[in-house]
Amino acid sequence: MRFSFATLLRQAFTGNAWPEQWRSPEPRSTYDVVIVGAGGHGLATAYYLASEHGIRNVAVLEKGWLGGGNTGRNTTIIRSNYLQDASAALYEHALKLWEGLAQTLNYNVMYSPRGVLMLAHTEHDVRVFRRHVHANRLAGIDNEWLTPEQAQQFCPLLNVSADLRYPVLGAALQRRGGVARHDAVAWGYARAASALGVDIMQNCEVTAIRRDASGAVTGVETTRGPIAARKIGVVAAGHTSVVMAMAGVRLPLESFPLQALVSEPVKPVLPCVVMSNTIHAYVSQSDKGELVIGAGTDAYTSYSQAGGLHIVTHALEAICELFPTFRRLRMLRNWGGIVDVTPDRSPIVGLTPVPGLFVNCGWGTGGFKATPGSGHVFAATIARGEPHPIVVPFALDRFRTGRLIDEAAAAAVAH
Amino acid sequence: MLLIRCPFCGARGESEFRYGGEAHIARPPDPSAVDDAAWTDFLYMRTNPKGVHAERWRHIHGCGRFFNCLRDTVSDRIIATYPVGQSRPDAE
Repeated sequence: MRFSFATLLRQAFTGNAWPEQWRSPEPRSTYDVVIVGAGGHGLATAYYLASEHGIRNVAVLEKGWLGGGNTGRNTTIIRSNYLQDASAALYEHALKLWEGLAQTLNYNVMYSPRGVLMLAHTEHDVRVFRRHVHANRLAGIDNEWLTPEQAQQFCPLLNVSADLRYPVLGAALQRRGGVARHDAVAWGYARAASALGVDIMQNCEVTAIRRDASGAVTGVETTRGPIAARKIGVVAAGHTSVVMAMAGVRLPLESFPLQALVSEPVKPVLPCVVMSNTIHAYVSQSDKGELVIGAGTDAYTSYSQAGGLHIVTHALEAICELFPTFRRLRMLRNWGGIVDVTPDRSPIVGLTPVPGLFVNCGWGTGGFKATPGSGHVFAATIARGEPHPIVVPFALDRFRTGRLIDEAAAAAVAH
Repeated sequence: MLLIRCPFCGARGESEFRYGGEAHIARPPDPSAVDDAAWTDFLYMRTNPKGVHAERWRHIHGCGRFFNCLRDTVSDRIIATYPVGQSRPDAE
Protein backbone atom coordinates (compact mmCIF):
# COMPACT_ATOMS: atom_id res chain seq x y z
CA MET A 1 0.00 0.00 0.00
CA ARG A 2 1.38 3.36 -1.03
CA PHE A 3 1.08 6.07 1.62
CA SER A 4 -0.59 9.28 0.51
CA PHE A 5 -3.17 11.73 1.75
CA ALA A 6 -5.83 9.81 -0.19
CA THR A 7 -4.78 6.55 1.47
CA LEU A 8 -4.94 8.19 4.87
CA LEU A 9 -8.46 9.49 4.20
CA ARG A 10 -9.66 6.16 2.87
CA GLN A 11 -8.29 4.24 5.86
CA ALA A 12 -9.75 6.79 8.26
CA PHE A 13 -13.24 6.55 6.81
CA THR A 14 -13.37 2.84 6.08
CA GLY A 15 -11.80 1.85 9.41
CA ASN A 16 -9.74 -0.83 7.70
CA ALA A 17 -6.72 -2.06 9.60
CA TRP A 18 -3.37 -0.92 8.20
CA PRO A 19 -1.61 -3.86 6.58
CA GLU A 20 1.66 -5.20 7.92
CA GLN A 21 4.51 -3.05 6.69
CA TRP A 22 6.75 -5.92 5.67
CA ARG A 23 6.37 -9.64 5.11
CA SER A 24 7.68 -12.17 7.65
CA PRO A 25 8.31 -15.20 5.43
CA GLU A 26 9.85 -18.54 6.28
CA PRO A 27 13.48 -18.58 5.13
CA ARG A 28 14.09 -20.25 1.77
CA SER A 29 17.02 -22.60 1.32
CA THR A 30 18.98 -20.36 -1.07
CA TYR A 31 19.46 -16.65 -1.69
CA ASP A 32 21.76 -14.65 -3.92
CA VAL A 33 22.82 -12.46 -0.98
CA VAL A 34 22.42 -12.89 2.77
CA ILE A 35 22.67 -9.79 4.95
CA VAL A 36 23.42 -10.48 8.62
CA GLY A 37 21.73 -7.86 10.78
CA ALA A 38 18.41 -6.06 10.28
CA GLY A 39 19.39 -2.69 11.65
CA GLY A 40 19.24 0.47 9.59
CA HIS A 41 22.49 -0.22 7.73
CA GLY A 42 21.60 -3.83 6.90
CA LEU A 43 18.07 -3.01 5.76
CA ALA A 44 19.33 -0.08 3.70
CA THR A 45 21.86 -2.40 2.07
CA ALA A 46 19.11 -4.86 1.17
CA TYR A 47 16.89 -2.08 -0.14
CA TYR A 48 19.58 -0.64 -2.44
CA LEU A 49 20.60 -4.12 -3.62
CA ALA A 50 17.01 -4.60 -4.77
CA SER A 51 16.24 -1.09 -6.00
CA GLU A 52 19.52 -0.10 -7.64
CA HIS A 53 21.20 -3.36 -8.56
CA GLY A 54 18.23 -5.59 -9.37
CA ILE A 55 19.32 -8.19 -6.82
CA ARG A 56 16.00 -9.02 -5.17
CA ASN A 57 16.69 -12.56 -4.03
CA VAL A 58 18.06 -11.25 -0.75
CA ALA A 59 17.59 -12.39 2.86
CA VAL A 60 18.13 -10.15 5.87
CA LEU A 61 18.71 -12.22 9.02
CA GLU A 62 18.18 -10.70 12.44
CA LYS A 63 18.85 -12.51 15.69
CA GLY A 64 16.53 -10.23 17.67
CA TRP A 65 13.91 -7.87 16.38
CA LEU A 66 14.16 -5.45 13.51
CA GLY A 67 15.94 -2.22 14.42
CA GLY A 68 16.33 -3.37 18.03
CA GLY A 69 20.07 -2.83 18.26
CA ASN A 70 21.86 0.44 17.87
CA THR A 71 19.31 1.67 15.33
CA GLY A 72 16.78 1.88 18.14
CA ARG A 73 19.26 3.04 20.78
CA ASN A 74 21.09 6.02 19.32
CA THR A 75 20.44 9.74 19.66
CA THR A 76 19.57 10.17 15.94
CA ILE A 77 22.03 12.95 15.16
CA ILE A 78 22.75 13.55 11.49
CA ARG A 79 25.65 15.67 10.21
CA SER A 80 28.46 15.43 7.68
CA ASN A 81 31.03 17.96 8.96
CA TYR A 82 33.93 15.52 9.26
CA LEU A 83 37.50 16.67 8.89
CA GLN A 84 39.11 14.13 6.56
CA ASP A 85 38.16 14.24 2.89
CA ALA A 86 37.33 10.55 2.78
CA SER A 87 35.00 10.82 5.78
CA ALA A 88 33.37 14.02 4.59
CA ALA A 89 32.63 12.38 1.23
CA LEU A 90 31.06 9.35 2.89
CA TYR A 91 28.92 11.22 5.40
CA GLU A 92 27.94 13.88 2.86
CA HIS A 93 26.82 11.09 0.53
CA ALA A 94 24.57 9.93 3.37
CA LEU A 95 23.31 13.42 4.14
CA LYS A 96 22.27 13.95 0.51
CA LEU A 97 20.31 10.71 0.65
CA TRP A 98 18.67 11.76 3.95
CA GLU A 99 17.33 14.86 2.25
CA GLY A 100 15.14 12.84 -0.12
CA LEU A 101 14.73 9.68 1.90
CA ALA A 102 11.09 10.07 2.94
CA GLN A 103 10.08 10.52 -0.72
CA THR A 104 12.31 7.68 -1.91
CA LEU A 105 10.90 5.24 0.60
CA ASN A 106 7.36 6.69 0.65
CA TYR A 107 7.76 6.62 4.42
CA ASN A 108 8.04 9.56 6.76
CA VAL A 109 11.44 9.24 8.41
CA MET A 110 10.94 12.66 10.01
CA TYR A 111 14.31 13.98 8.87
CA SER A 112 14.54 17.39 10.47
CA PRO A 113 17.50 19.56 9.39
CA ARG A 114 17.33 21.79 12.43
CA GLY A 115 21.05 22.45 12.66
CA VAL A 116 23.85 20.82 14.64
CA LEU A 117 25.76 23.17 16.92
CA MET A 118 29.18 21.91 18.04
CA LEU A 119 30.55 23.92 20.94
CA ALA A 120 34.17 24.93 21.39
CA HIS A 121 35.33 25.39 25.00
CA THR A 122 39.09 25.73 24.72
CA GLU A 123 41.56 27.44 22.43
CA HIS A 124 42.36 24.03 21.01
CA ASP A 125 38.66 23.42 20.25
CA VAL A 126 38.41 26.77 18.52
CA ARG A 127 41.33 26.03 16.23
CA VAL A 128 40.18 22.48 15.49
CA PHE A 129 36.61 23.50 14.72
CA ARG A 130 37.67 26.40 12.54
CA ARG A 131 39.87 23.98 10.66
CA HIS A 132 36.80 21.75 10.28
CA VAL A 133 34.78 24.68 8.96
CA HIS A 134 37.42 25.55 6.38
CA ALA A 135 37.97 21.93 5.32
CA ASN A 136 34.24 21.38 4.95
CA ARG A 137 33.66 24.51 2.94
CA LEU A 138 36.50 23.56 0.58
CA ALA A 139 34.73 20.24 0.12
CA GLY A 140 31.42 21.97 -0.60
CA ILE A 141 29.87 21.00 2.74
CA ASP A 142 28.05 23.65 4.74
CA ASN A 143 29.63 24.50 8.07
CA GLU A 144 30.00 27.93 9.64
CA TRP A 145 31.70 29.47 12.61
CA LEU A 146 29.60 31.29 15.22
CA THR A 147 30.68 33.57 18.03
CA PRO A 148 29.26 32.74 21.48
CA GLU A 149 26.63 35.46 21.01
CA GLN A 150 25.61 34.07 17.63
CA ALA A 151 25.47 30.59 19.11
CA GLN A 152 23.15 31.83 21.82
CA GLN A 153 20.96 33.54 19.25
CA PHE A 154 20.63 30.23 17.45
CA CYS A 155 20.02 28.33 20.69
CA PRO A 156 18.59 30.80 23.23
CA LEU A 157 18.82 28.65 26.37
CA LEU A 158 22.51 27.99 25.89
CA ASN A 159 24.61 29.37 28.71
CA VAL A 160 27.45 31.40 27.17
CA SER A 161 28.41 33.08 30.43
CA ALA A 162 32.13 33.49 31.07
CA ASP A 163 31.59 31.94 34.51
CA LEU A 164 31.32 28.42 33.14
CA ARG A 165 34.04 26.01 34.10
CA TYR A 166 34.46 25.49 30.34
CA PRO A 167 33.03 28.66 28.78
CA VAL A 168 31.64 28.55 25.26
CA LEU A 169 34.25 30.25 23.07
CA GLY A 170 32.39 29.70 19.83
CA ALA A 171 30.60 27.03 17.87
CA ALA A 172 30.56 25.32 14.50
CA LEU A 173 27.11 25.11 12.99
CA GLN A 174 26.02 22.77 10.24
CA ARG A 175 22.53 23.93 9.34
CA ARG A 176 21.73 20.90 7.17
CA GLY A 177 22.48 18.62 10.10
CA GLY A 178 19.69 17.54 12.40
CA VAL A 179 17.80 14.47 13.49
CA ALA A 180 15.49 11.80 12.10
CA ARG A 181 13.12 9.27 13.63
CA HIS A 182 15.35 6.23 14.12
CA ASP A 183 12.63 3.55 14.20
CA ALA A 184 10.99 4.98 11.10
CA VAL A 185 14.28 4.63 9.24
CA ALA A 186 14.42 0.91 9.99
CA TRP A 187 10.73 0.43 9.30
CA GLY A 188 10.80 2.47 6.11
CA TYR A 189 13.74 0.55 4.67
CA ALA A 190 12.21 -2.76 5.76
CA ARG A 191 8.89 -1.93 4.13
CA ALA A 192 10.47 -0.73 0.90
CA ALA A 193 12.89 -3.67 0.71
CA SER A 194 10.15 -6.19 1.46
CA ALA A 195 7.97 -4.71 -1.28
CA LEU A 196 10.82 -5.35 -3.74
CA GLY A 197 11.04 -9.00 -2.74
CA VAL A 198 13.64 -8.96 0.05
CA ASP A 199 12.91 -11.54 2.78
CA ILE A 200 13.41 -10.25 6.32
CA MET A 201 13.69 -12.93 9.00
CA GLN A 202 13.60 -11.84 12.64
CA ASN A 203 14.53 -14.16 15.50
CA CYS A 204 16.91 -15.87 13.12
CA GLU A 205 20.41 -15.92 14.55
CA VAL A 206 23.40 -16.87 12.43
CA THR A 207 25.35 -19.59 14.24
CA ALA A 208 27.96 -20.48 11.63
CA ILE A 209 29.33 -19.39 8.27
CA ARG A 210 29.88 -22.24 5.81
CA ARG A 211 32.79 -22.21 3.38
CA ASP A 212 33.90 -24.52 0.56
CA ALA A 213 37.31 -26.07 -0.05
CA SER A 214 38.61 -22.89 -1.70
CA GLY A 215 37.61 -20.89 1.36
CA ALA A 216 34.73 -19.05 -0.32
CA VAL A 217 31.47 -18.71 1.57
CA THR A 218 28.62 -21.04 0.65
CA GLY A 219 26.03 -20.00 3.21
CA VAL A 220 25.14 -19.71 6.86
CA GLU A 221 23.73 -21.92 9.59
CA THR A 222 20.95 -20.25 11.52
CA THR A 223 18.60 -21.03 14.38
CA ARG A 224 15.96 -21.46 11.66
CA GLY A 225 17.99 -23.81 9.50
CA PRO A 226 20.76 -23.56 6.91
CA ILE A 227 20.63 -20.91 4.18
CA ALA A 228 22.89 -21.09 1.12
CA ALA A 229 24.32 -17.94 -0.45
CA ARG A 230 27.44 -17.10 -2.45
CA LYS A 231 27.57 -13.59 -1.02
CA ILE A 232 27.22 -12.66 2.63
CA GLY A 233 27.24 -9.12 3.97
CA VAL A 234 27.84 -8.78 7.70
CA VAL A 235 26.30 -5.63 9.17
CA ALA A 236 26.19 -6.66 12.81
CA ALA A 237 27.50 -3.53 14.57
CA GLY A 238 28.70 -4.42 18.08
CA HIS A 239 28.54 -8.15 17.33
CA THR A 240 30.62 -8.00 14.15
CA SER A 241 33.66 -9.57 15.82
CA VAL A 242 31.50 -12.49 16.96
CA VAL A 243 29.98 -13.11 13.52
CA MET A 244 33.23 -12.67 11.61
CA ALA A 245 35.02 -15.07 13.97
CA MET A 246 32.71 -17.74 12.52
CA ALA A 247 34.63 -17.32 9.26
CA GLY A 248 37.98 -17.07 11.01
CA VAL A 249 38.37 -13.35 10.29
CA ARG A 250 39.91 -11.15 12.97
CA LEU A 251 39.04 -7.48 12.90
CA PRO A 252 40.50 -4.35 14.50
CA LEU A 253 37.34 -3.85 16.53
CA GLU A 254 36.46 -3.46 20.17
CA SER A 255 32.86 -3.33 21.40
CA PHE A 256 31.92 -0.82 24.07
CA PRO A 257 28.63 0.11 25.77
CA LEU A 258 27.39 3.55 24.75
CA GLN A 259 24.58 5.04 26.79
CA ALA A 260 21.77 7.44 26.12
CA LEU A 261 18.83 8.70 28.13
CA VAL A 262 15.68 10.76 27.75
CA SER A 263 14.04 13.24 30.07
CA GLU A 264 10.38 13.75 30.81
CA PRO A 265 8.68 15.55 27.92
CA VAL A 266 8.49 19.35 28.01
CA LYS A 267 7.36 22.03 25.60
CA PRO A 268 9.80 23.02 22.83
CA VAL A 269 12.92 24.44 24.46
CA LEU A 270 15.76 23.30 22.25
CA PRO A 271 15.51 24.20 18.56
CA CYS A 272 18.66 22.41 17.40
CA VAL A 273 21.13 19.68 18.24
CA VAL A 274 23.86 20.76 20.66
CA MET A 275 27.08 18.81 20.95
CA SER A 276 30.12 19.31 23.08
CA ASN A 277 33.02 16.96 22.61
CA THR A 278 35.19 18.55 25.25
CA ILE A 279 32.85 18.29 28.22
CA HIS A 280 31.10 15.42 26.50
CA ALA A 281 27.43 16.08 26.14
CA TYR A 282 25.05 15.96 23.29
CA VAL A 283 21.40 16.79 23.41
CA SER A 284 18.41 17.42 21.21
CA GLN A 285 14.66 17.50 21.77
CA SER A 286 12.39 14.89 20.25
CA ASP A 287 9.04 15.72 18.70
CA LYS A 288 7.45 14.21 21.81
CA GLY A 289 9.24 16.84 23.86
CA GLU A 290 11.75 14.58 25.58
CA LEU A 291 15.34 15.72 25.74
CA VAL A 292 17.41 13.03 24.06
CA ILE A 293 20.82 12.93 25.69
CA GLY A 294 23.89 11.03 24.61
CA ALA A 295 26.55 9.97 27.08
CA GLY A 296 29.93 8.40 26.51
CA THR A 297 31.25 4.89 26.24
CA ASP A 298 32.52 2.88 29.17
CA ALA A 299 36.25 2.39 29.39
CA TYR A 300 36.09 -1.39 28.95
CA THR A 301 34.77 -3.68 26.23
CA SER A 302 31.41 -5.22 26.95
CA TYR A 303 28.34 -6.76 25.34
CA SER A 304 26.12 -6.05 28.34
CA GLN A 305 24.06 -3.23 26.72
CA ALA A 306 24.35 -1.47 30.08
CA GLY A 307 27.01 0.99 31.09
CA GLY A 308 28.17 2.51 34.35
CA LEU A 309 26.10 5.14 36.15
CA HIS A 310 29.11 7.44 36.47
CA ILE A 311 29.19 7.77 32.68
CA VAL A 312 25.67 9.19 32.41
CA THR A 313 26.18 11.30 35.53
CA HIS A 314 29.14 12.90 33.82
CA ALA A 315 27.06 13.69 30.71
CA LEU A 316 24.22 15.14 32.76
CA GLU A 317 26.57 17.37 34.72
CA ALA A 318 27.83 18.79 31.44
CA ILE A 319 24.28 19.30 30.12
CA CYS A 320 23.25 21.10 33.31
CA GLU A 321 26.26 23.36 33.04
CA LEU A 322 25.36 24.32 29.47
CA PHE A 323 21.62 24.54 30.16
CA PRO A 324 21.06 25.43 33.83
CA THR A 325 17.29 25.38 33.27
CA PHE A 326 17.44 21.63 32.58
CA ARG A 327 18.70 20.93 36.08
CA ARG A 328 15.23 20.20 37.47
CA LEU A 329 14.20 17.80 34.70
CA ARG A 330 13.70 14.18 35.62
CA MET A 331 15.13 11.46 33.45
CA LEU A 332 12.67 8.83 32.24
CA ARG A 333 14.72 6.12 30.63
CA ASN A 334 18.36 5.15 30.26
CA TRP A 335 19.78 2.41 28.06
CA GLY A 336 22.93 1.20 26.40
CA GLY A 337 23.91 -0.07 22.99
CA ILE A 338 27.05 -1.93 21.96
CA VAL A 339 29.18 0.02 19.52
CA ASP A 340 32.07 -1.44 17.53
CA VAL A 341 35.01 0.92 17.56
CA THR A 342 38.02 0.89 15.25
CA PRO A 343 41.49 2.23 16.11
CA ASP A 344 41.07 5.25 13.79
CA ARG A 345 37.37 5.78 14.63
CA SER A 346 36.43 5.34 10.98
CA PRO A 347 34.23 2.53 9.66
CA ILE A 348 35.36 -0.53 7.73
CA VAL A 349 33.33 -1.14 4.59
CA GLY A 350 34.24 -3.57 1.86
CA LEU A 351 35.72 -6.93 1.05
CA THR A 352 37.36 -9.34 3.48
CA PRO A 353 40.08 -11.97 3.00
CA VAL A 354 37.27 -14.55 2.64
CA PRO A 355 35.81 -14.68 -0.93
CA GLY A 356 32.13 -13.78 -0.95
CA LEU A 357 32.21 -12.33 2.56
CA PHE A 358 31.69 -8.58 2.88
CA VAL A 359 31.73 -6.47 6.01
CA ASN A 360 30.27 -3.12 7.00
CA CYS A 361 31.24 -2.28 10.57
CA GLY A 362 33.23 -0.03 12.87
CA TRP A 363 30.79 2.88 12.83
CA GLY A 364 31.51 3.33 16.50
CA THR A 365 29.46 5.93 18.28
CA GLY A 366 28.21 7.66 15.12
CA GLY A 367 26.67 5.20 12.69
CA PHE A 368 23.08 6.38 12.56
CA LYS A 369 23.85 9.47 10.50
CA ALA A 370 25.45 7.31 7.84
CA THR A 371 22.58 4.83 7.48
CA PRO A 372 21.43 5.63 3.92
CA GLY A 373 24.93 6.25 2.59
CA SER A 374 26.34 3.18 4.27
CA GLY A 375 23.64 0.95 2.81
CA HIS A 376 23.97 2.58 -0.60
CA VAL A 377 27.71 2.10 -0.98
CA PHE A 378 27.73 -1.32 0.69
CA ALA A 379 25.03 -2.57 -1.70
CA ALA A 380 27.13 -1.41 -4.65
CA THR A 381 30.18 -3.10 -3.13
CA ILE A 382 28.36 -6.41 -2.74
CA ALA A 383 26.69 -6.23 -6.15
CA ARG A 384 29.89 -5.49 -8.07
CA GLY A 385 32.26 -7.47 -5.88
CA GLU A 386 34.55 -4.45 -5.60
CA PRO A 387 34.44 -1.40 -3.34
CA HIS A 388 32.24 1.53 -4.29
CA PRO A 389 34.59 4.50 -5.06
CA ILE A 390 33.52 6.34 -1.90
CA VAL A 391 34.52 3.46 0.37
CA VAL A 392 37.81 2.54 -1.27
CA PRO A 393 39.69 4.35 1.55
CA PHE A 394 37.62 2.48 4.17
CA ALA A 395 38.92 -0.96 3.24
CA LEU A 396 40.03 -3.36 5.97
CA ASP A 397 43.45 -3.34 4.30
CA ARG A 398 44.17 0.20 5.54
CA PHE A 399 45.31 -1.20 8.88
CA ARG A 400 48.07 -3.07 7.04
CA THR A 401 49.07 -0.27 4.67
CA GLY A 402 48.91 2.33 7.43
CA ARG A 403 46.59 4.62 5.46
CA LEU A 404 44.33 5.24 8.45
CA ILE A 405 41.50 7.78 8.33
CA ASP A 406 42.09 9.39 11.64
CA GLU A 407 38.87 10.88 12.91
CA ALA A 408 39.81 10.09 16.52
CA ALA A 409 41.62 13.31 17.24
CA ALA A 410 39.38 15.23 14.86
CA ALA A 411 36.06 14.35 16.41
CA ALA A 412 36.96 13.22 19.94
CA VAL A 413 34.43 10.81 21.40
CA ALA A 414 31.22 12.25 20.08
CA HIS A 415 30.83 11.46 16.40
CA MET B 1 30.83 1.06 38.11
CA LEU B 2 32.89 -2.07 38.48
CA LEU B 3 34.39 -3.19 41.77
CA ILE B 4 37.88 -4.33 40.81
CA ARG B 5 40.24 -6.28 43.02
CA CYS B 6 43.76 -4.95 42.53
CA PRO B 7 46.15 -7.84 43.30
CA PHE B 8 48.23 -5.45 45.40
CA CYS B 9 45.72 -3.12 47.07
CA GLY B 10 42.46 -5.06 47.24
CA ALA B 11 38.97 -4.19 45.99
CA ARG B 12 38.45 -0.61 44.82
CA GLY B 13 35.97 1.26 42.66
CA GLU B 14 36.51 1.38 38.91
CA SER B 15 37.22 5.13 38.97
CA GLU B 16 40.60 4.39 40.58
CA PHE B 17 41.64 2.38 37.54
CA ARG B 18 42.54 2.90 33.90
CA TYR B 19 41.54 0.25 31.35
CA GLY B 20 44.47 -1.07 29.35
CA GLY B 21 42.95 -3.18 26.57
CA GLU B 22 43.35 -6.83 25.73
CA ALA B 23 46.01 -8.67 27.74
CA HIS B 24 48.64 -11.19 26.65
CA ILE B 25 49.49 -9.43 23.39
CA ALA B 26 53.26 -9.64 23.16
CA ARG B 27 55.13 -7.00 21.20
CA PRO B 28 57.32 -8.71 18.59
CA PRO B 29 60.84 -8.59 20.06
CA ASP B 30 62.28 -7.45 16.72
CA PRO B 31 59.60 -5.40 14.94
CA SER B 32 61.56 -5.04 11.73
CA ALA B 33 61.81 -8.82 11.47
CA VAL B 34 58.04 -9.40 11.23
CA ASP B 35 55.97 -8.88 8.11
CA ASP B 36 53.18 -6.32 7.74
CA ALA B 37 50.47 -8.86 8.51
CA ALA B 38 52.03 -9.83 11.85
CA TRP B 39 52.64 -6.21 12.75
CA THR B 40 49.02 -5.31 11.88
CA ASP B 41 47.87 -8.16 14.05
CA PHE B 42 49.93 -6.90 16.97
CA LEU B 43 48.90 -3.27 16.58
CA TYR B 44 45.24 -3.48 15.71
CA MET B 45 43.59 -6.89 15.67
CA ARG B 46 41.67 -7.75 18.81
CA THR B 47 39.76 -10.82 19.96
CA ASN B 48 36.81 -8.76 21.26
CA PRO B 49 35.08 -11.89 22.62
CA LYS B 50 31.51 -12.16 23.77
CA GLY B 51 32.36 -14.05 26.93
CA VAL B 52 35.52 -14.29 28.98
CA HIS B 53 38.02 -11.54 28.16
CA ALA B 54 41.58 -11.26 29.45
CA GLU B 55 42.38 -7.58 29.83
CA ARG B 56 44.85 -5.20 31.43
CA TRP B 57 44.00 -2.64 34.05
CA ARG B 58 46.23 -0.14 35.79
CA HIS B 59 45.56 1.01 39.34
CA ILE B 60 46.42 4.56 38.37
CA HIS B 61 44.98 6.21 41.49
CA GLY B 62 46.44 3.59 43.81
CA CYS B 63 49.64 1.62 43.55
CA GLY B 64 50.05 2.60 39.90
CA ARG B 65 50.75 -0.94 38.83
CA PHE B 66 49.44 -2.86 35.83
CA PHE B 67 47.70 -6.18 36.37
CA ASN B 68 45.54 -8.53 34.34
CA CYS B 69 41.89 -9.37 34.77
CA LEU B 70 39.47 -12.01 33.50
CA ARG B 71 36.02 -10.57 32.97
CA ASP B 72 32.84 -11.90 31.37
CA THR B 73 31.88 -9.28 28.77
CA VAL B 74 28.22 -10.33 28.83
CA SER B 75 27.61 -9.95 32.57
CA ASP B 76 30.66 -7.73 33.31
CA ARG B 77 31.38 -10.09 36.21
CA ILE B 78 35.07 -10.15 37.13
CA ILE B 79 36.28 -13.72 37.41
CA ALA B 80 39.87 -13.18 38.50
CA THR B 81 42.62 -10.61 38.69
CA TYR B 82 46.28 -11.63 38.55
CA PRO B 83 49.72 -10.05 38.28
CA VAL B 84 51.37 -9.33 34.94
CA GLY B 85 53.62 -12.18 33.87
CA GLN B 86 51.37 -14.85 35.27
CA SER B 87 49.63 -16.99 32.65
CA ARG B 88 45.92 -16.69 32.13
CA PRO B 89 44.02 -18.68 34.77
CA ASP B 90 41.12 -21.01 33.97
CA ALA B 91 37.84 -19.17 33.65
CA GLU B 92 36.03 -21.51 36.05
